[in-house]
Amino acid sequence: MPALAAGSKAPQFELQGTPQQPFKLSDALKETRFVVLAFFPLAFSSVCGDQMSLYQEFVEEFERLGARVVGISVDSRYAQQAFAEAKGIAFPLLADFHPKGAVAEQYGVMRDDGVAERALFIVDSDGVVRYSYVSEPRKNPGADGLLEALEAMQE
Amino acid sequence: MTDGPGERPHLLKKPVGEDDWSRGPGNAPVTLVEYADFQCGDCRRSHPAIRRVVESFGDRMRFVFRHFPLVTAHPRAEEAALAAEAAGEQEKFWEMQERLMEARGALDPEHLRRYAQELGLDMDAFERDMIDAAKKRKLREEKLLGVRSGVNGTPTLFINGVRYEGATQPVEEAELREAVDAALAESQR
Repeated sequence: MPALAAGSKAPQFELQGTPQQPFKLSDALKETRFVVLAFFPLAFSSVCGDQMSLYQEFVEEFERLGARVVGISVDSRYAQQAFAEAKGIAFPLLADFHPKGAVAEQYGVMRDDGVAERALFIVDSDGVVRYSYVSEPRKNPGADGLLEALEAMQE
Repeated sequence: MTDGPGERPHLLKKPVGEDDWSRGPGNAPVTLVEYADFQCGDCRRSHPAIRRVVESFGDRMRFVFRHFPLVTAHPRAEEAALAAEAAGEQEKFWEMQERLMEARGALDPEHLRRYAQELGLDMDAFERDMIDAAKKRKLREEKLLGVRSGVNGTPTLFINGVRYEGATQPVEEAELREAVDAALAESQR
């Protein structure tokens, strides 16, 4: 299954993660206009460290545009915890750990080698995917595409 | 998949202007913009290569330095950037930039002040400029425009407004030189 395209209904999910509480997409979408789902292959691999740090750096800008960022990988929540602490990531890092990669699977970004693609989705408060992008796994996709898309979605 | 960041070139959102730190002629055929963070190891390791390329192109190149302090990872980066800005107020931006790049992370307040003293700066003015709210604002705006231009980490270079997609990090001299040569050839067409 290819990555969910813009316009698709976003699969709902609930996952454990940092900070020590479950994250439920439907609940988050009641509190914010947009949720950015940033799937990444593995915690502590250097490129994604940079990517998550970058999003942390610009959390306020995402908030200004009505968006909350969450990172998702197949790592356990203990690994996510350690990763968040090591990198100073305050936004949720979710453990798509059991069944492994189930959420990535639903979004069409689970790879054959057991990790998620480096993929970005923006989900709006109607639960619709508004933006979808799959990056090369070793390349930091940055924040410009997301910020530009969010800006275009401001009414 | 909709349009995403990787499918078109990343362009510099903010053209080089008067508030930029720049060296070389304003009408040079090639402008190289570097976004960097003084606490970033790859920036320090890339610095000699970038400097050699800038020097070797002489008057054919304008070099611009912009700050991209990633404070989540580098808690001392912002203050170091402010030190460079403060030195710039006393015409010593490039001297301080060089010093900070070679500081190997020794960017605590005492070191920053020592570098300022070594450059012979007026220390009262330096202290004042280090906490200048307008300078902090400039850094924030510079960073925001940087991320919007596709600066995902440091160092990130733009050659004539287009993001340099070097295969190596830290920046490799020969590869960068080749890209600059290509931009030069392009500008002469």
